[in-house]
Amino acid sequence: MNRKLLKSVREYKREAVLTPVFVVLEVLMEVLIPMLMANIIDIGIMQGDLPYILRTGGLLVVMAMLALFFGAVAGATAAKAGAGYAKNLRQDIFYRIQDFSFKNIDHFSTSSLVTRMTTDITNIQMAFMMTIRLLARAPIMIILSWIMTIAINPKMALLFLIAIPLLGGTLLFIQRKAHPYFVKVFDEYDVLNNRVQENVNAARVVKAYVREDHEIEKFHGISGIVYQLFTRAEKIVAWNQPVMQFTIYLIVLCVVMIGGKDIVIGTMEPGELTSVIIYAIQILSSLMMVSFVFVMNMIAEASTDRIREVLEEVPEMQDKPDAKDEVPSGDIVFDHVDFSYGGEGGPLALKDVCLHIKSGQTVGIFGGTGSAKSTLVQLIPRLYDVTKGAVRVGGIDVRDYDLKVLRDQVSMVLQKNVLFTGSIYENIRWGDAKASDEEVQRVCRLAQADGFIREFPEGYNTQIVEGGNNVSGGQKQRLCIARALLKKPKILILDDSTSAVDTKTDALIRKAFREEIPDTTKIIISQRVSSIEDADQIIILDNGQVNGVGTSEELLKTNAIYREVYESQMKGGEDEDEQ
Amino acid sequence: MNNKKGVRFSKETIATGKRLLGYVGRSYKKEFIVVCFCIAISSIASVSVSLSLRYLLDDFILPLMGVGEPDFREFYMALCVLGIIFLCGVLATWLYSRLMVKIGQGVLKQVRDDMFEHMQTLPIRYFDQNTNGSIMSLYTNDTDTLRQMINQSIPMVLMSGITIVVTFVSMLMLSPLLTILAVVMIGVLVLVAKVIGGNSGKYFIRQQVAIANVTGFIEERMTGQRVVKVFNHEEASKREFDALNERLFESSAKANTYANLMGPIIGNIGNLQFVLTAVLGGLLSVMGVGGITLGVMASYLQFTKSFTQPFMQVAQQFNSIVMALAGAERIFAMMDEPSEVDDGYVTLVNARRDAEGNLVECPERTGLWAWKHPHKAEGTVTYEELKGDVRFFDMSFGYTPDHMVLHDISLYAKPGQKLAFVGSTGAGKTTITNLINRFYDVQDGKIRYDGININKIKKADLRHSLGIVLQDTHLFTGTIMENIRYGKLDATDEEVYAAAKLAYADQFIRMLPNGYDTMLTGDGEGLSQGQRQLLSIARAAVADPPVLILDEATSSIDTRTEAIVQQGMDNLMKGRTVFVIAHRLSTIRNSNAIIVLEHGRIIERGDHEDLIKQHGTYYQLYTGKLELE
Repeated sequence: MNRKLLKSVREYKREAVLTPVFVVLEVLMEVLIPMLMANIIDIGIMQGDLPYILRTGGLLVVMAMLALFFGAVAGATAAKAGAGYAKNLRQDIFYRIQDFSFKNIDHFSTSSLVTRMTTDITNIQMAFMMTIRLLARAPIMIILSWIMTIAINPKMALLFLIAIPLLGGTLLFIQRKAHPYFVKVFDEYDVLNNRVQENVNAARVVKAYVREDHEIEKFHGISGIVYQLFTRAEKIVAWNQPVMQFTIYLIVLCVVMIGGKDIVIGTMEPGELTSVIIYAIQILSSLMMVSFVFVMNMIAEASTDRIREVLEEVPEMQDKPDAKDEVPSGDIVFDHVDFSYGGEGGPLALKDVCLHIKSGQTVGIFGGTGSAKSTLVQLIPRLYDVTKGAVRVGGIDVRDYDLKVLRDQVSMVLQKNVLFTGSIYENIRWGDAKASDEEVQRVCRLAQADGFIREFPEGYNTQIVEGGNNVSGGQKQRLCIARALLKKPKILILDDSTSAVDTKTDALIRKAFREEIPDTTKIIISQRVSSIEDADQIIILDNGQVNGVGTSEELLKTNAIYREVYESQMKGGEDEDEQ
Repeated sequence: MNNKKGVRFSKETIATGKRLLGYVGRSYKKEFIVVCFCIAISSIASVSVSLSLRYLLDDFILPLMGVGEPDFREFYMALCVLGIIFLCGVLATWLYSRLMVKIGQGVLKQVRDDMFEHMQTLPIRYFDQNTNGSIMSLYTNDTDTLRQMINQSIPMVLMSGITIVVTFVSMLMLSPLLTILAVVMIGVLVLVAKVIGGNSGKYFIRQQVAIANVTGFIEERMTGQRVVKVFNHEEASKREFDALNERLFESSAKANTYANLMGPIIGNIGNLQFVLTAVLGGLLSVMGVGGITLGVMASYLQFTKSFTQPFMQVAQQFNSIVMALAGAERIFAMMDEPSEVDDGYVTLVNARRDAEGNLVECPERTGLWAWKHPHKAEGTVTYEELKGDVRFFDMSFGYTPDHMVLHDISLYAKPGQKLAFVGSTGAGKTTITNLINRFYDVQDGKIRYDGININKIKKADLRHSLGIVLQDTHLFTGTIMENIRYGKLDATDEEVYAAAKLAYADQFIRMLPNGYDTMLTGDGEGLSQGQRQLLSIARAAVADPPVLILDEATSSIDTRTEAIVQQGMDNLMKGRTVFVIAHRLSTIRNSNAIIVLEHGRIIERGDHEDLIKQHGTYYQLYTGKLELE
């Protein structure tokens, strides 16, 4: 059990504490009941005392009911505490992820986060529940049974005193031995699952290249490793049971031998011998329980580590105490910006970028694959922090803003567009939850989405499926633009967001921007010259550096990259309208 | 699994259990018999603890009482015998514990391997119909529950079963009359277990559903986490998550409460039985009915005390068995999905021309390929050169019979021609390419490849002859080198470099810190979409197929790079057939034929010049008057 993680029990602490309390009461009954039973045999039956049997039997029934009650309450509180703990852990992880920066998100794959929040937490939940139920039971059981034994025969109690730590130590030793294998096994298990996932995702590729056998062979490799490691780990744990039994049997033999002599001598009653053996078995099975809990915790420990990894990941960006909560204007300055995804010392994705974009301007960004266009604009809403230099919005360093305020004012349509399960209304309202239907429709008109939405049988109430696959790529892009517009931002960034939209609609969107949101700074990344040709300034990026800045006309004269692309895209443009 | 009325062992569930046991029987029959045998020995040894006590007391200890010089030799002898029984028990336990690990993990490996192998044979249709998450969960959640069942439940149930039988027989021998009471109690036990188990099972299944919902939500939100951030939507996400999480908590707490109740309830029913037996036995022995003596009574009560223990153990395993069987049912359902059928018999072979210019099959790679076409009727074999001539004849197709996607498509692509498909989403472009490599089978009409009906060609050979680059690039965990080599497993390093250069990927690969040895994880995270597309083009290039299908293969590559890649492709595809789907019409202008599709029908065809002159749909698309996806 990890102490840090245990903090997440929170409001279920009461249940977590009550469980052992009720377990102790239950155990108390369980220890007393055999005594009454022994009395029923020794006194009631042996002496044929029927009223005694009835009396003691009645008491026994009452105690059994009490035991049942305590046991049931303990079971219920344990279940609630366990499930509550799991709930809080899931919540903590999810909340923590919400605080992650882009850089933090890059660290974890979606599938690994999902496993952590399901399988791993279920493991911890079960281990926790078992622990609070059994770990209180075992020591109490051992102590009470031992006290009973002393009362009957101190010699045998001494025997137990030697046997218990010996057995406990051995069980602990076995766990220690197995632990490293379990850690390894779960790592390899991740690899196996990852391989399956890849094959499910890329089923078409595997089939197209007829690589089924190749994949099966690879899979056999990893499934063999998992088999071997699991077998090795569990074979070590498999020693538990025989070691345990060996000790029990040895003790039983010793007890019977010593007890037998004592009975013959007359210092012990036959009934007492039976009782001691019952106590011996109770003590040892309690130890077995402890070892069982250890195994569960060991498996859970690997899960615990994986969860801690997420919880201990420090959100990279935190607001300063005196963070600015107003963005004065849409003016953007890049002041000698260096940026590396690897942090200081890593390979630079952006090198010494200096730019000035005035509020209300339309700016086009242009460059080849891997020229760091997306990287550049992601620094404006502070999705990543600069490695060197500074990015200023409205004259203030983005790191001095309250993050929420900044991102509310800098609206960005990402290259990887995502719509969520829900209606179109709900999706657009991500931009502003309180927006009226009319406002939503207005931004959809701006983004040229209103038309096709109305053609859907259910219009704005059309349900978007997971991944947004029931609308076309062009439609998806326009919905995403509408969503971004609803925020009424001071800066709007489109990261290649109209690539699937036809040129005519593209032009209409830009026209709407010009007329309807003239004061908003608009930054457009595009592969299409026609999308950025009429911008106030065009920034040419090449290999993380600014290669040229200017209007289309200026760049045609001065910039080789721009001219080359311009000509390739515009050639033959005379006899056709566009492209 | 019956969801409406809790859990019940239906016929299917029993069949599933049998099939699971079949796995054990298939590879581990001998081991399993040994395990059963060992468990029996082990249980007898453990029952003999209470059983032997009576004999030791009555026959060896009590007679020595009051004897002046007690002779303990016989007593020690008896202890030795008991010790040997115990030792056998310990050894048996040791052996079956180890064997169970081997069997359990072996079966799991077998199940995983079988699942994976079968999955590879499934048609694309299966992957369309099932979400990735649900397929994944077969390998993770369902296999995990199976692991638990095999490792813990099976030995526990076997052990408890044998203990119950041994104890029951002993009780019966002591007093048949009192055993009637025990039978009644067993009935009550089973009834209680069924009610509680049923309730708990119901909630456990509810818990699984709740977990699935949480999983789905997390998956969607994690994928879109960047959007969540950009829109400051964190708080709203938290609230939505909390609602789902709360529901999972409720069902999980209830399920486990019921499961936890099982122990105390069964245990105390046992106590109740003890009291009843004592009262009844006492009454009978006092009255002297049924031959019940005090000694018999005493040992009978001993047994009664330990009788409920195994029931409790079985009951505690109940939930994990129910969950595992439900999981196994899902796993087997997947394994029972029909495989992709392949009754093709025309194969692709290396060939060379002999002196007369006839095609002759040869083992070595010649660069010349031929279709080997056996004719069953005549018993002859003919060879047809692989050229890449693809023709569609009046072909219609629908993913479901009642909804046709393609209607009466007829077209041809001669070797070396470039054919482009243009049309909006859902027009059927991708479907056509999926039919060429037989991801799906044509219902009506036929497709001929070098004059051979493609249904006669073995699927593997057909697909070997086709290179395909999809819009959704999928890369595998491994180095860049390995990923490109995926196209041709025995490609030399030089071939890989050449392919990468052709696809214009070489430059950016060499810029990476580890160059071609850069490890890719998580579908090529860290690379841009465009770079991933370049890699998948290189992968197709290294395969060097006679026919290439490019489905939006360059959609994320900038136009400048695209132009360069295009040159490389054109070089590669010289004399080969190419099918292109592209939304950037500039890239298909030089096609030999452009096919415009709408609602699954060909509405226009011709080369660029023709179509522009027609002033039809293509013209409108090309000039940007219509939107294209």
